[in-house]
Amino acid sequence: MEKKLALEMKGISKYFGTLAANKNVDLDVYRGEILSILGENGCGKTTLMNMIAGIYYPDEGSIFVDGEEVVIRSPKDAFAKGIGMIHQHFKLVDVFTAAQNIILGINDGNRYNISDVNAKVKQIADKYGFIIDPSKKIHEMSVSEKQTVEILKVLYRGADILILDEPSAVLTPQETDKLFAVLRKMRDDGKSILIITHKLHEVMAISDRVAVLRKGEHIATVSTSETSPEALTEMMVGQKVTLNIDRPEPENSVDRLEVRNLSLTDSEGVKILDNISFTARSGEILGIAGIAGSGQRELLESIAGLSHPVSGEIVYNNPKTGETENLRDKNPVQIRELGVRLSFVPEDRLGMGLVGNMDLIDNMMLRSYSKGRSLFVDRKKPKDLAEKIIKELQVATPGTHTPVRRLSGGNVQKVLVGREIAAAPTVLMAAYPVRGLDINSSYTIYNLLTKQKKDGVAVIFVGEDLDVLVELCDRIMVVCAGRVTGIVDGRNTTKEEIGLLMTKTDTNYKNDKNGKGGNGDEK
Amino acid sequence: MNVFIDYLLTAVPLGMTFLYGCVGEILTEKAGHLNLGIPGIMCIGGASGCLALSCLNGLGLPAFLVVIIALIAAFAGGMVMGAVYCFLTVTLKSNQNVTGLAMTTFGVGTTKFIMSGLAENGGMGYLYARDFFRYPFAESTTSLKLCGVMVYLAVVIALAASFVLSRTRVGLHLRAVGENPATADAVGINVTKYKYVATCIGSGIAALGGLFYIMDYSGSYEAYKSIEALGWLSVALVIFTLWRPHISILGSVAFGILYLAGSRLPTLLGIQFDMSMTPLLQLLPYIVTIIVLIVTSVRNKRENQPPASLGLPYFREER
Amino acid sequence: MKNNNSTAAAKKNNAASSAHVHEPLFHVVKRDTIPIWKSMLIRVIAVAAALFICSLLSMILIKANPIEFLETLVDATLGSTRRLWKFSKDAAVLLCIALAITPAFKMRFWNIGAEGQVLIGALASVACAFYLGNTMSNAALLVIMFFAAVLAGAIWGGIPAVFKAKWGTNETLFTLMMNYAASGIVAYFLVKWTPSGSSVLGELKTGHLPQIIHPYFLIILAVIVITFLVFIYQNFTKQGYELSVVGESENTARYIGINVKKVIIRTMLISGAICGIAGFLIVAGLDHSITETTVGGRGFTAIMVSWLAKFNPLVMILTAAFVTFLDQGASQISTAFNIDSSFPDMVVGIVLFFIIGCEFFINYKLKFRSMTKKEVK
Repeated sequence: MEKKLALEMKGISKYFGTLAANKNVDLDVYRGEILSILGENGCGKTTLMNMIAGIYYPDEGSIFVDGEEVVIRSPKDAFAKGIGMIHQHFKLVDVFTAAQNIILGINDGNRYNISDVNAKVKQIADKYGFIIDPSKKIHEMSVSEKQTVEILKVLYRGADILILDEPSAVLTPQETDKLFAVLRKMRDDGKSILIITHKLHEVMAISDRVAVLRKGEHIATVSTSETSPEALTEMMVGQKVTLNIDRPEPENSVDRLEVRNLSLTDSEGVKILDNISFTARSGEILGIAGIAGSGQRELLESIAGLSHPVSGEIVYNNPKTGETENLRDKNPVQIRELGVRLSFVPEDRLGMGLVGNMDLIDNMMLRSYSKGRSLFVDRKKPKDLAEKIIKELQVATPGTHTPVRRLSGGNVQKVLVGREIAAAPTVLMAAYPVRGLDINSSYTIYNLLTKQKKDGVAVIFVGEDLDVLVELCDRIMVVCAGRVTGIVDGRNTTKEEIGLLMTKTDTNYKNDKNGKGGNGDEK
Repeated sequence: MNVFIDYLLTAVPLGMTFLYGCVGEILTEKAGHLNLGIPGIMCIGGASGCLALSCLNGLGLPAFLVVIIALIAAFAGGMVMGAVYCFLTVTLKSNQNVTGLAMTTFGVGTTKFIMSGLAENGGMGYLYARDFFRYPFAESTTSLKLCGVMVYLAVVIALAASFVLSRTRVGLHLRAVGENPATADAVGINVTKYKYVATCIGSGIAALGGLFYIMDYSGSYEAYKSIEALGWLSVALVIFTLWRPHISILGSVAFGILYLAGSRLPTLLGIQFDMSMTPLLQLLPYIVTIIVLIVTSVRNKRENQPPASLGLPYFREER
Repeated sequence: MKNNNSTAAAKKNNAASSAHVHEPLFHVVKRDTIPIWKSMLIRVIAVAAALFICSLLSMILIKANPIEFLETLVDATLGSTRRLWKFSKDAAVLLCIALAITPAFKMRFWNIGAEGQVLIGALASVACAFYLGNTMSNAALLVIMFFAAVLAGAIWGGIPAVFKAKWGTNETLFTLMMNYAASGIVAYFLVKWTPSGSSVLGELKTGHLPQIIHPYFLIILAVIVITFLVFIYQNFTKQGYELSVVGESENTARYIGINVKKVIIRTMLISGAICGIAGFLIVAGLDHSITETTVGGRGFTAIMVSWLAKFNPLVMILTAAFVTFLDQGASQISTAFNIDSSFPDMVVGIVLFFIIGCEFFINYKLKFRSMTKKEVK
C-alpha cells in the first residue's frame, strides 16, 4: 500500500526575541507511522511541535495536513485538523475529575451529562487496555494515571496525528513498555505519531523514522532501520563526541557528611524519603541516580535545611574543628552559623537558586548579604565576585547590572554554580546542574565539579543522564520511590545495572547494609 | 415578634444588593479575575438605570416596561465597565488590582456626577419609578407586596449561575479557565472569550445590584452614596460563600441581617444601647468576613480555595 | 497567534470578511528591553490621549472648549503661589501614603488598607490631643501624638500581616475590611467625644505643628525626608533587600534561610507605621480634627502612585505630583464651570486607564505578519 503524507511542515521558523528557536525547518510524517523527533535539550523540538499543536504560531513557513495548507492558530484549530498533543507538563485541571478533563473543550452539541462521558471514557480505555477511574480527581492521581488521562483526552477527540512530548520521562520502564505497545497499536490503526525524545534506545525501539534537530535546525530525517545510535548521536551533537570526562582518583578521602536513616513525609503524610542512609566523602563525587521525582530534590532540600525530616540524622564532620554537628532541623542560616560550608545548586535555578528579576550583583549576595552587623548591604564585594565569575566562567552578559532572567540557560547556570563555588564549600550539592545546557556549558560544569572534588570538597551530583553519571562520579547512589536501592562504584558499574536499580521496587529490600557504603561494596 | 419580622423583611432585600454584587463577582473570579472594580460597577449600574428612568419620565409607558428598560440600562452600564476592565487586564495584560481600583475611582466619581446632574436638571426625575419596581404588574396588589420583583430576580440569577457553573459545559469550561488557563487553552477553549464574557456578564449582574439598591431598597436620592461600601461587602461575601452562588443566597441574607444589626438589634432585644454603640454594631459584617477569611485560610481545604489562577494574567507565549 | 488579540484581529478581519483568512494580522511578543526614551514617549502619548479624551468629554458635558479646559487645568496648580503651596501639600500627603505602602507592595503584599491605617493613625493623634491637650507642653504633646499614630498604624497594618504570615490569609480582602473597621471606630469616638451627638469634632486647640516659613512647609519637608529614608531602606539596607527577595520568590527566600514570616510582619509594621505618620501629619499639620472621611480615598489613590512609579520612591515624587496635578486641576475646572465636585474622579479615572493600558506597549510589542521578515533579520 502506498503511504499517504499526513503532515508536512515547510520552512518553519520561530523567534523568541532575538533567539531563533526554530530556523527554516522542513518535516513530514506519513499515515501509520511513528516518527521520532530527536535532539538535545533546548534544540527546539518542543517549540516545533507546539506550532503544530497551535500553542505557538510560526513566524515563517507553512504547514500542510493531507496535502492542504492549513493555518493553526489555536489548539482548537489543531484538534479540528485531527492533531492532538500530549505535553510533557500535563495540562490538566487539578480539581476536576478525569472525565471532566477529558471532555474539556469539546462541544459536540450533546447535553452535558457526566455519566455518559464516564461510560464513553471507559469504553475507549478498555479498547486500548488502559486502566482508569473516570470519576477520580486529578490531584489524587499518580503521574502515569495523569498521562493516561492526557492520552485519552486526545483519543476521545478522535485525533489521528498524535504528538507526545517526552512521554517516558516520568514513567518506569514497565510503564514505558506498556505505552509503546499502545502506540504501536495506534500506528497499526493508521494513526501518525510524533514522539519527542532525547533517548536513543527509545528511538531505535519504537520509531519508523527519525528526524534530528540541532540548535533549532532540521539536520536530517532517516529510516530507523538504516541508522544506528552512533550515527544519530553524531547528527544530534554535530560531531562525534565520546564523553571523556576527566575523573581523577579521589585523594585523602574522609567521611564528610553522613546521612542516617533519614525519613521525610509530605503535608499529606505520604512518605517521600524512606530510611535513607549514605555517606558523602571529601574529594569525591557522589552521584545520585533515579527516575525524576524519586525523592532526589527532597533529599537535598532536607540536607540544606529547607525541609524538616521526621526521623534520622544528618551528621557533618567539620574539618576545621574536627567536631561533628547534627544538621537536622536546622535552617540554612543556622547551618551557616555552625560554620558548615554547604553549597547547594537547586534544580529550579530561577525559581529558587537565583532571583530572575534581580541583576547579577544582587544575585551574588543572596547567600552572603546578611554577613556582618551593618544595617546596610555591601555591594562592593558581590560586584567584584560577579565580575570574577563573568570572566572566569565566560558568562555571556551585557554587564553586571543585567537581570539574570535575560541570560540564556547556560549562563544562568554558570552564575549560580559560580556563586555556590565561590563560597568555598566543603560540601557541594548540585541537582540536575546540566539540564537544558548545551554540550560546551555542560562540560564547563563537569570540570567545575571535578575541580571542586580535587580541592577536597564532598560533591553530591544528582543527574539524569546515566552516561554522564557513569563517567563523572566516583560512587553512584540509586534511589527509587524515596528509598536507596543501591550504591555502586562509578568506575566499574554499567548503565544497565543502574537502570535496574532505578526501578527496583522489591519491598523486602533491606537498606541497612548500604548505610556505611564504602567504595562499591555492592560489586 | 413583629419587630423581628420587620427586621427580616428589611434585611432580606438589603441582602439582595449583596447577592447581585456577589454573584457577579463570583462569575468574574471563576474566570480568574479578582475584580476590585465591582463597587464602582455597582454604582454605575445604579446611575445608568436612573439615567434611563429619567429619560422615560413622562412618556407614560407601562410600569413593567419601564422596569425592564431600566434593568437593561443598568446591565448595559455594568457590561461596558466590565468590557473596559477586560480590555485592560486581558488584552493589555494590566495588573488586576490596580485596574480594579481605578475602575472603582472612576465608577464612583462618574456616578456622583450623573446622579447630582439628574438631581439638578428636572429634580430627580427617576424617583417616580420607585413603585414600579415594587409592583410592576398592578397597582398595590398584595401578591408581591412583601418585596419587589428584583428580589426574586436576584435569587433566580444566583440559582441560574449555580446551575451553569456546576451542570453545564460552559460552566465546566469557565471553571477550567479560572483554575488553569493554559490547560483550557490547550484543549481549544477560547480563554479570552470566556474571560471577556464571564467578566462582562458578571459586571452586568453586579450593576443590577446598584439599581436595585437605589430604586427598590432605599428609593431615595442620597442612596447612591452608600453603594460603594455595599460593593466592597459584596466582594467580601464571595469569600464568605466559598465561590458558590447558591450558598451566596443565604450568605447575602446573613450579611443583610448583620449590616442592619446596628440599628435594629437594640429594638429587637428591647434594650437601650448607648448611642455610640451603633457604629460599632455596624462593623459586624466586616468583622464576620474577617473571621471567615481567617477560618477558611486556617482550614485550608482543597475544595474551598479560590480559583487557582485568580489574579494572574495569562499570556500564552510566556517563556 | 495569540488568543488575546484575536478579538482585535477578528474585528479588522471582519471588514474584509474573507472566507478563509490565511494568517493572523499580528501577534503579541514580549519585549526584552526598551530604551527609556521610548517608554517615556509611550507614557507621554498615553497621557496626551487621555487628556484629549477628557477635554472632549468636558466639551460635551460642560461646553468648555478644550483650550480653556487645559488652561484651567494648568492654572489650578501654577496659577498662584497659594495654589502652588496647596498643590505641594496635597502631593506631599499623597506621596507619604504611597511611600508607606511601597515596601509592602514590593514584597507583593497587596496592602489596600492604607486608608484605614492612616485613619487609625490620625485617630490616635486626635485622641492624644483630645485627652492630654491641656496637661503638657505642645512639643511634648506632639511627640506623644506622633508615637501614638505610629503605633496605631503599625498595629492596624500588622494584624493582617500576622494572619498572612501564619496561614496565608488573603491580605487584599483583609486589609480592605480593616479600612471599614477603622472608620467604624472613628465614628464611635466621634459620637463619644461630641456630647451633642452631632459627631462633628471642632478644631483642636492643641497639638498643632509649628509653622516655619509657611503653614505647609514642615509637612512637605517631613515627606521629603521620609522619601529618602524609604528609598535608602529599600535599596541599601539588608531588610530592604530581604523584602525584595521575598517579593520576587518565596522559594528563594526559603533557600537562603530568610524567615519569610518575620519579613512579612516586619515590613507591614513599617508600612503601617508610615501610614500612621501620614495620619499624624494630616491631624497635626492640616485638619486639627477628624472625620470618617479624613483620608478621603487617598489610601487607594496612593496605590496608583506607587504602582505607576514601579515602587521607586524617587519616581513617586513625580507620579504623586502628577496625580495631584490632575486632581487639583479637575477640581478647579468643576468650580470654574460650576459642575459637580466629582468631576476630578472621572478625569483621574480616565487618565489612569490610559496609563495602565500603555504599560502593555512598554512590555510587549505587536508583530505584524507582513513586517516579520524584515524585523528579525
